[in-house]
Amino acid sequence: MVGLLGVPPQVLFGQVLLGLINGSFYAILSLGLAVIFGILNVINFAHGAQYMMGAFCAWLVLNYLGVGYWWALLIAPIVVGASGILLERVFLRRVYKLDHLYGLLLTFGLTLLIEGAFRQAYGVSGQPYRIPDELQGGQNLGFMFLPNYRAWVVVAALSVCIAVWLVIEKTRLGAYLRAGTENPALVQAFGINVPVMVTLTYGFGAALAAFAGVLAAPIYQVSALMGSNLVVIVFAVVVIGGMGSIIGAVITGVGLGVIEGLTKVFYPEASSTVIFVIMAIALLIKPAGLFGKAA
Amino acid sequence: MALTEALADRPAPRGVAQPLLEVRDLHAFYGESHILHGMAFDVGAGEVVTLLGRNGAGKTTTIKAMLGMVGRRTGTVRFEGRDILGLPSHRVARLGIAYCPEERGIFSSLTVEENLLLPPVVKAGGMPVADIYKLFPNLVERKRSQGTKLSGGEQQMLAIGRILRTGARLLLLDEPTEGLAPVIVEQIGRIVAHLKEAGFTILLVEQNFRFASTVADRHYVVENGRVIDVIPRADLEASIDKLHRYLGV
Repeated sequence: MVGLLGVPPQVLFGQVLLGLINGSFYAILSLGLAVIFGILNVINFAHGAQYMMGAFCAWLVLNYLGVGYWWALLIAPIVVGASGILLERVFLRRVYKLDHLYGLLLTFGLTLLIEGAFRQAYGVSGQPYRIPDELQGGQNLGFMFLPNYRAWVVVAALSVCIAVWLVIEKTRLGAYLRAGTENPALVQAFGINVPVMVTLTYGFGAALAAFAGVLAAPIYQVSALMGSNLVVIVFAVVVIGGMGSIIGAVITGVGLGVIEGLTKVFYPEASSTVIFVIMAIALLIKPAGLFGKAA
Repeated sequence: MALTEALADRPAPRGVAQPLLEVRDLHAFYGESHILHGMAFDVGAGEVVTLLGRNGAGKTTTIKAMLGMVGRRTGTVRFEGRDILGLPSHRVARLGIAYCPEERGIFSSLTVEENLLLPPVVKAGGMPVADIYKLFPNLVERKRSQGTKLSGGEQQMLAIGRILRTGARLLLLDEPTEGLAPVIVEQIGRIVAHLKEAGFTILLVEQNFRFASTVADRHYVVENGRVIDVIPRADLEASIDKLHRYLGV
């Protein structure tokens, strides 16, 4: 089978797969960011740190408690989600009435604290985390070799994204969230405890980030800085997709991951900047984002 | 002021139960602005009572102060005999007070049906959804439309309809006829009359006193954040000139 433009098919499809995997992470992280921004109006810079904490939680429970990957997928989001709830109650709710910038600065500061603490304890070189036995190995598809674990990552991440979208768009709880995003005072006047709903939503966003972190642990090294490498790109994804749009976050995340992957094949020099170039173009054409509503 | 003092000292008329809603000496502030200067009025169970006044008189602020949606407030608001002024909004709603805001407050990110089902049930005995659809048949075929795609009149119907499901017995309607065609205004008038027959208690905020006169038992004229006159239904004809002056129409 002839590749594209002289690029052998294994390389092409390998990079597309890599792009899909990265895209799935971008999607699930930008989904969390979009949900948090929608309801809290806060740009959660700590999202990368919460992703990192999820990965570290998986590593810690494996190395100190002997608890494996599948339990970690449940435990890490709960632990990090709880920490998110604490963070919201103690710090975040004080900046709601202020400009967006204060939320960004506050969560940025918290990120520095959290990453600093982990860096102090574990250094910057990553800790390895073994792919669970059930997902070792891969399938030979003819035009490429598909590692099982990587296929699982894409399926798990996208399933979670779809599930979250379904809850937000199709359920009563989702209706409360959407209404609360639009007019929180009125929703509260109807009898819903909006501050509690906001706190739980932030916790859920953090839990989503942690879930992505556990998925990432066997692929990337579990290190204190794994979040900060990712979060700037995720911001670009959210900006391009539209700050409050769930669908925008997912489609843009996956799409940009694939584009980044393809760029690595055909023009590797541009691969680290292509997303930002797209962001600049998107902002010029549609400032509210591709799927966004004008603010 | 003499009138509000008179209201404050007035004992409940003999043979009449304690009013469902009692407001005394209500002051409210938006930041530094002193908006309400001692609002005082009563609403008896089953009555329809209006707060009449020009733009900026403080009518909406009164409603919002009762619901805990305003910053600083002092005074007394008693609902079913208990003090509610310090409570957060969601607790006030849970006592059985429902709010239909001035701008209608239809959510654009929800469908008509989602809007209708949004306010949670706070007491038993709310109107079943089927009955609400019977009362407002326009809403049935627009169930899955985006809430804000409805016309102004339909949005007003939706705003009223959704609070009937909650079981709340005190309804706060803020300018329900604002900006609506006369035909729709008439329809709303019939609905308010129907709700009164069904035993709801309604506090209506209005600038349009012709509409108010068709439905209300008593009118409180509000100016500069205080009640300056009380006009029972029976005296309305005789007070038309006075009202013209108050409302600047």
